[in-house]
Amino acid sequence: MNVGPAILVQGVEKRFGAFRAVDGVSFSVERGTVLGLLGANGAGKSTLIRILCGILAPTRGSAMVAGFDVNTQTEDVKRTIGYMSQRFSLYEDISVIENIRFFGGMYGLSGKILREAEDRVLTLAELSGEQDRITGELSGGWKQRLALGCAILHKPSVVFLDEPTGGVDPVARRRFWEIIHDLAAAGSTILVTTHYMDEAEFCNSIVLMHAGRIVAQGSPADLKRDYIAGPMFEVECDNASLAMGVLSGTSWVSGVSMFGAFLHVNLAVNTDASLLTAKLAEAGARVHRIEAIRASLEDVFLRLIETR
Amino acid sequence: MRHRLDSPADGGADSPAIDMTNLHKSFGAVRAVDGLSLVVERGTMFAFVGPDGAGKSTTIRMLCGITQPDSGQLSILGLDGARQGKAINRRIGYLSQRFSLYGDLTVDENIEFFAEINGVADYGKRRDELLDFTRLTPFRTRLAARLSGGMKQKLALACTLIHRPEVLFLDEPTTGVDPVSRREFWSILSDLLSEGMTIVMATPYLDEAERCAAVGLMHRGRFLVTGTPQSVKQSVHLEILELNCADLRAAATLIARIPGITDIQLFGDHLDLVVDDTDGASTRIRNAFATAAMTIGELRSKSPSLENVFIALIRGAA
Repeated sequence: MNVGPAILVQGVEKRFGAFRAVDGVSFSVERGTVLGLLGANGAGKSTLIRILCGILAPTRGSAMVAGFDVNTQTEDVKRTIGYMSQRFSLYEDISVIENIRFFGGMYGLSGKILREAEDRVLTLAELSGEQDRITGELSGGWKQRLALGCAILHKPSVVFLDEPTGGVDPVARRRFWEIIHDLAAAGSTILVTTHYMDEAEFCNSIVLMHAGRIVAQGSPADLKRDYIAGPMFEVECDNASLAMGVLSGTSWVSGVSMFGAFLHVNLAVNTDASLLTAKLAEAGARVHRIEAIRASLEDVFLRLIETR
Repeated sequence: MRHRLDSPADGGADSPAIDMTNLHKSFGAVRAVDGLSLVVERGTMFAFVGPDGAGKSTTIRMLCGITQPDSGQLSILGLDGARQGKAINRRIGYLSQRFSLYGDLTVDENIEFFAEINGVADYGKRRDELLDFTRLTPFRTRLAARLSGGMKQKLALACTLIHRPEVLFLDEPTTGVDPVSRREFWSILSDLLSEGMTIVMATPYLDEAERCAAVGLMHRGRFLVTGTPQSVKQSVHLEILELNCADLRAAATLIARIPGITDIQLFGDHLDLVVDDTDGASTRIRNAFATAAMTIGELRSKSPSLENVFIALIRGAA
């Protein structure tokens, strides 16, 4: 087993009555990949993850996870995967080590194997020496790393992370992603869903879903190259709403959007900032700052979703 | 007794939206807010940025008059926070992290309820405007409990705006909101800003802070730095290189051994490197790749993000 892709999804469809939550989805994920599954609420991400975890049967289609068929080998699938959700599923009123032992017991670990797993989780969560602390008193970052550790106690080859980084600080979030990349480098395959496009930039590969279907897939670099052509600028100017109106009626501007107090402008022609500065000045929106920026996955995502 | 709107009693229209000096607030032994001073000019957007427990929400609650500071001075729109709380309340709006709508009331009724508790008599026209503005008009007779997360959030914002506040306080407004709703919410904020409203928010997300005219990065109840996103980025000397190549993990291992590179961050399609000296580091990286017979796709200098700065500052403060 375990030759071929870590995850192989072929024509998966899931209907709830007349509603098609997942509507004919196919993709494959190589071992050692960090795959980002993105989409708005209702795009079908959670349904798809539940199918891949063997919790929900597809209406049509097939999927192999770590070499097991989700239609016929659900128990093997469940045993071979790890799953961590946004709500961390830790027991708050017991100690760190008690949580680890509880999850270890659930995965059927005991004796020396359990003790080794305990040490591994404590090291990964950076909680060595803190094993008797009450879980509820830990910071968000610690809880998150502990929850991840508990989800991979049994060394699963495929790990599902459902909105894993809600409510943790930037330093902890960064540490978390370092751990994810270490796991992937050691051969685990990671499938992560997130609402945060800046976080999707950490993934090697992206599957973007909308209304139950895949609307784009590829590496972050591929998606940016394929969907955002021409230079992008961040502009700080007087009278941003006037500027917005002027630019959206300009032929050589392919996209303009408000970015909080600033504007993001995508040009259809390969040129520097001077053309844009002159155009805005002429319209009465004096430019205070203009900076060339790289397209982000958020720009890609919104362009794909908003044109639908 | 009546005051003119711009009477000296409210400090006049020239006074800043927020002016706070050396604000402190402790809960038992925990110094939640430990000496904050800040001026926010009217018509601008300011973000308190930091991790959970940095003191952002406590600060916002003090600014809204929900909790009182232990010490320090605070004025909102020129009104004294300690003595003129009621007058301040009429002129600000506060959208908390756990905004509460009434699930068994319709969209229309929720706004009506907020209008009444805020003493807004003729709210009909304003309500229509707000529903239009938040694109909720087609849903006005729907029960709030039956709205999506993003629509609930917009309705809560509409309720917060019914009394035409001049300063809007938002506590982590987009936490848990999907990207499309988040985008729409930000576009509404941009519109409010261009109408002259002052917007003050707390957020843990540095990419949101990048959108604000000014930010204060908070850690343990204090500001690490305040200013425009650009000035904050210049406050710490950070040189960043972005590297694209075929095998990023191999590249990261190789680069970890090169001197003068203080931090490596692995993204899906590139590495960000914090370096002491851009030119020197670039040369050393190119040489190391040549020696290892590896190909560099692209190596370029770029400006640091707020996240780079924040992590550098927190590591410096630890």
